[in-house]
Amino acid sequence: MATSETYNYKVVRQFAIMTIVWGIVGMAVGVFIAAQMAWPVLNFDVPWLTFSRLRPLHTNAVIFAFGGSALFATSYYVVQRTCHVRLFSDGLAAFTFWGWQLVILSAAITLPLGITSAKEYAELEWPIDVLIAVVWVAYAIVFFGTIIKRKTPHIYVANWFYGGFIVTVAVLHIVNSAALPVSFLKSYSAYAGVQDAMVQWWYGHNAVGFFLTAGFLGIMYYFVPKQANRPVYSYRLSVVHFWALVFTYIWAGPHHLHYTALPDWTQSLGMVFSLILLAPSWGGMINGIMTLSGAWEKLRTDPVLRFLIVSVSFYGMSTFEGPMMAIKTVNALSHYTDWTIGHVHSGALGWVAMISIGAMYYLLPRLFGRELYSLKLVEVHFWVSTIGIALYIVAMWVSGIMQGLMWRAVNADGTLTYSFVESVQAMHPFYIIRFSGGALFLIGMLVMAYNIWRTIDGAKPVTAAIPAPAH
Amino acid sequence: MDITLIQSIWTVVAFITFIVIVLWAWSSHRKQAFEDAARLPFEEDEHMTPSGENRHG
Repeated sequence: MATSETYNYKVVRQFAIMTIVWGIVGMAVGVFIAAQMAWPVLNFDVPWLTFSRLRPLHTNAVIFAFGGSALFATSYYVVQRTCHVRLFSDGLAAFTFWGWQLVILSAAITLPLGITSAKEYAELEWPIDVLIAVVWVAYAIVFFGTIIKRKTPHIYVANWFYGGFIVTVAVLHIVNSAALPVSFLKSYSAYAGVQDAMVQWWYGHNAVGFFLTAGFLGIMYYFVPKQANRPVYSYRLSVVHFWALVFTYIWAGPHHLHYTALPDWTQSLGMVFSLILLAPSWGGMINGIMTLSGAWEKLRTDPVLRFLIVSVSFYGMSTFEGPMMAIKTVNALSHYTDWTIGHVHSGALGWVAMISIGAMYYLLPRLFGRELYSLKLVEVHFWVSTIGIALYIVAMWVSGIMQGLMWRAVNADGTLTYSFVESVQAMHPFYIIRFSGGALFLIGMLVMAYNIWRTIDGAKPVTAAIPAPAH
Repeated sequence: MDITLIQSIWTVVAFITFIVIVLWAWSSHRKQAFEDAARLPFEEDEHMTPSGENRHG
């Protein structure tokens, strides 16, 4: 067997390590701003430390730095190992790594300074947006170039999800970031009024659908079968899962704009497509979990597999909650309350973070040729983070529903029963519980960092040979 | 042709396309190909060769 051909593990290693680093940074900022919500004095009257500036720093860091690095690392690993070829271009792959780190660094500098385009999840100003677009095109070339030169007859389903994620995010980012620059650090959106809002939430919801869902489903379709050591439950279902997501997700954005100036039919369209989304989401969840069918006992002994499977369960839970919240009458209660924050975090912590963590526990030992330092610590990490998520989302459910009910309560004479500040006061205990839950999740990440550090400390990077062509 | 008609036709075309994809995915002559594809992650041998020594040798 010719061993001269090897996989490019270097870029996978770099992104995998940075996944953990940015995870800790992004979640630490999250815990800090959660503390500010409970104890406002913590902004120290310093503009750079105010919630308004650190909140976008938190969201950008966890979504694009932590989640993005996990997606880069796993997609580069999976596409090579299921296509049996080295990445299309080592140079371009290295460019995506350093380019992406530069994007993150620029975000970490500009956001606390208050430099923002004020579009949620797309706050970065136009020079950084241009850099993101360039890096993303390079990513697409590396990924699809690798698929084109593959040695296997089929394109494994995980690669379809990664490919859909890469193409869609490129389109979303370029369309939503269209802006007229007035100076080097200030620009105005190319769209106006309600059109701008609709483009923003077409982007925003599909960032959830393709960045935070399709990409991470790519992780699910490779790492769950590998860790369980059995093929995916139904490959057919996975194909339909992919196309159903592609056909429906793109229409769901208007549910972010219920009861606004957006035309009523557009709101109803968004609601209906959000409800339809329940079908592919649950089809995918069942496919992931049923992969374990006949091997359930592995869940008892393998904490890494448990991370992966529990994440898929959270995916099922938040994709049930999401369509419910998209129903206009439910949204009338839930919108603008903490319930939304709880929903986002059951998806972000439960699904996105936990599946990334599981994938990193799978990947890093293989990238460094070592066994995990301690499975016991993985176990500790699992329980600490699970309890953290439970505290977080339960606190936000209670707080959010209470908030919504207080806001809509009216007296017999039509006046409001509660002033706004009374609802803020009522939320205080839940803000403390939410802070504790987030802090537990962060502690779990620190346990992981220690475990991984002990695993790879002094280890030589692995060079993996590409298997000989199939017979 | 007004824009509403074009949009309606497009919606119907998209719906039919999706139905065709579902039928294609469940057609019997795709069975073997999908089974092969599902085994792709397992067609690799996990031999790792840390440069220098082989820990899992």
